[in-house]
Amino acid sequence: MASIFQAVGAAAALSSSNSFDSKKFYLSSRKSVSERKGSIFVVRSDGRMSSGRVDKLVTNAVATKADSAAASTASKPGHELLLFEALREGLEEEMDRDPRVCVMGEDVGHYGGSYKVTKGLAPKYGDLRVLDTPIAENSFTGMAIGAAMTGLRPIVEGMNMGFLLLAFNQISNNCGMLHYTSGGQFTIPVVIRGPGGVGRQLGAEHSQRLESYFQSIPGIQMVACSTPYNAKGLMKAAIRSENPVILFEHVLLYNLKERIPDEEYICNLEEAEMVRPGEHITILTYSRMRYHVMQAAKTLVNKGYDPEVIDIRSLKPFDLHTIGNSVKKTHRVLIVEECMRTGGIGASLTAAITENFHDYLDAPIVCLSSQDVPTPYAGTLEEFTIVQPAQIVTAVEQLCQQ
Amino acid sequence: MSSAFSAINTVQRPPHASVSQENPSVSPLRSSLPFLGSNHKLRPNSLHKNGASIRRQSSIVAVSDVVKEKKTKSSSSLPNLLITKQEGLVLYEDMILGRAFEDMCAQMYYRGKMFGFVHLYNGQEAVSTGFIKQLKKEDCVVSTYRDHVHALSKGVPARAVMSELFGKTTGCCRGQGGSMHMFSGEHNVLGGFAFIGEGIPVATGAAFTSKYKREVLKEADCDHVTMAFFGDGTANNGQFFECLNMAALWKLPIIFVVENNMWAIGMSHLRATSDPQIYKKGPAFGMPGVHVDGMDVLKVREVAQEAVARARRGDGPTLVECETYRFRGHSLADPDELRDPAEKAHYATRDPITALKKYMIENNLVEEAELKAIEKKIDEVVEEAVEFAEASPVPVRSQLLENVFADPKGFGIAPDGRYRCEDPKFTEGTAHV
Repeated sequence: MASIFQAVGAAAALSSSNSFDSKKFYLSSRKSVSERKGSIFVVRSDGRMSSGRVDKLVTNAVATKADSAAASTASKPGHELLLFEALREGLEEEMDRDPRVCVMGEDVGHYGGSYKVTKGLAPKYGDLRVLDTPIAENSFTGMAIGAAMTGLRPIVEGMNMGFLLLAFNQISNNCGMLHYTSGGQFTIPVVIRGPGGVGRQLGAEHSQRLESYFQSIPGIQMVACSTPYNAKGLMKAAIRSENPVILFEHVLLYNLKERIPDEEYICNLEEAEMVRPGEHITILTYSRMRYHVMQAAKTLVNKGYDPEVIDIRSLKPFDLHTIGNSVKKTHRVLIVEECMRTGGIGASLTAAITENFHDYLDAPIVCLSSQDVPTPYAGTLEEFTIVQPAQIVTAVEQLCQQ
Repeated sequence: MSSAFSAINTVQRPPHASVSQENPSVSPLRSSLPFLGSNHKLRPNSLHKNGASIRRQSSIVAVSDVVKEKKTKSSSSLPNLLITKQEGLVLYEDMILGRAFEDMCAQMYYRGKMFGFVHLYNGQEAVSTGFIKQLKKEDCVVSTYRDHVHALSKGVPARAVMSELFGKTTGCCRGQGGSMHMFSGEHNVLGGFAFIGEGIPVATGAAFTSKYKREVLKEADCDHVTMAFFGDGTANNGQFFECLNMAALWKLPIIFVVENNMWAIGMSHLRATSDPQIYKKGPAFGMPGVHVDGMDVLKVREVAQEAVARARRGDGPTLVECETYRFRGHSLADPDELRDPAEKAHYATRDPITALKKYMIENNLVEEAELKAIEKKIDEVVEEAVEFAEASPVPVRSQLLENVFADPKGFGIAPDGRYRCEDPKFTEGTAHV
């Protein structure tokens, strides 16, 4: 069970986006629609109401890019870090803020976390607050739930999300449902997080996407982070939420580098993120596929298309406002996800959009997802199971011709 | 005072000799049953593999031996009674409440007032009373689907439990839990779980919080303990073993109480378990394993006191196996055809309520009239609970969506930009989620 998956260069994964033009890489969720409450501001992504110029915040999606044209931003320059460091920063800030926040999982303490998300925390907070558990997912997840019911705010780390299949009993029956069956008497403010998704030839069992299995559980929220900025923001929001939240990270995104603000911020758990406004087609995506989409977007722009890219971020519930506004504008939807074809997030999203926005669609919704195949070890085969940028380009072209 | 669990003397006795000869309430039929009774051999400490840093107190002991030890040590000429009159009355009343309540549940079920799976506790009252009456309000109790009496012993009002069974909105869980999910925030009853074993990790978590509060949050006087109740079938489940490991590893203030009534629906414990002596599994993980006669509330109480004191001191968990029996079937839907009528008859003679009554009267602690008065009082309580439940309203539609999320923003953002929970259809319960 212990696959030590260290420092996979996310730069390698995004190597073809080296030439990515960062000036066109908008992140309008960081623009001025923010309310300052003291030293914290909650950043809300806008529903693309106005098509005016937005404040650019240059992000370095690729480690090699040294161009920090952050001088164009109005706020402080911020600091650069990798995604796993952003997660740790968020976690540490919340642990400083509230002594009831604690971490439980395999190798989170002395080892620092197999993806280094909890590195340095055990020496700082002690072995009880950053608890190294034995290999018993079901039981330590249940333990976290019992601790949450009695006043603590635990964060459970699954060393790989796939291992949480063993904790399904606790996550489904207790985490999701206990607040309801107890008539509201007990809250379960847990955060369950860990890396999932298809990595680099990790084999079928280490390459699972659990969001599809968990999405039916009533009473939980699911979010997926994709940039250092939203990783930190979502981590903090998830910890502060009174609901149980499952935070999906991706094995290949841990080394993404970005400049994030110095001042404290949290992201909204229920909101989607506008990555690139456009007019011709709405592309909905999350987690690592965001980068494949943006890669394809570059090609599409060169071919004259203007895709609107939204990182849905909240896998359960869906942000129907941001998504709806986009559909109403472009009338075409392409969903690009890494989840399995059958019963995945894309399948649910297709249903939700059809139900709510059918009148606005000029073409059927196209959903590109991973094939219903156990992820093979061989690199070539593995590549064929997930959605590649070329497929995205083709799909957009086909959709826009209708 | 000798701790029941640290005595390490070996006592040689023929294995078939049972303690029943001294105890008048035990029938001689007991020794012919295949179930092995109290273990008279005390096991020495297990091997120290990791040196002195890990102290393992792993002894198994029969409480009846300790009780006899205390009696013989007493220099007083007066009989050394195990309880005072007041304590006795508390125990008696609690057991009568449990019994009367469950009998009323059976009646109400067959009259069509409650539905689904209802699992009754008749016969096992000594365990619930003996253990839970040792707890404070802040201590936690976790149970299984056979949880009505645990909730009652912990202090949840009978009317709240009965209402919950009737599915009314005044129930302890607003009618949303039902028979198998009794929760009480006020009395720290953490459930009520339908799947066996899934409550044990939750109990471990509650014990973890207690330790966390003491050591991290520096609430130095926090000595809350947690009790996890479960059955013999659960003792074969992975979650049981995983939690024994974690509790012993971190010395959590928890007591694992196995209510071994020999049957998991129709599966005999002996057919399901390679080594049926569950208490032996405690020392394997580094905690004391105690076997006790679960039909005798006084013996259970002795063990409970020691286990609770041990947990409060910070010495860690205890595994207690209570030999007990359920007089009724697994649930009200169970025809109960597999169990031998002779076995049922035997355990009927060991009815814990009759046993306590006999003890108290023979030792001149109470008059029979006082006990009758308690029985009458409890009958009234249970009747009142039924009346209350009958009169209570059923949940209305608007209750449907109220407790799905603690923070209803979790329902997400609607197409119009507002949170869905702000939609009036939500408070009416007619929105589709």
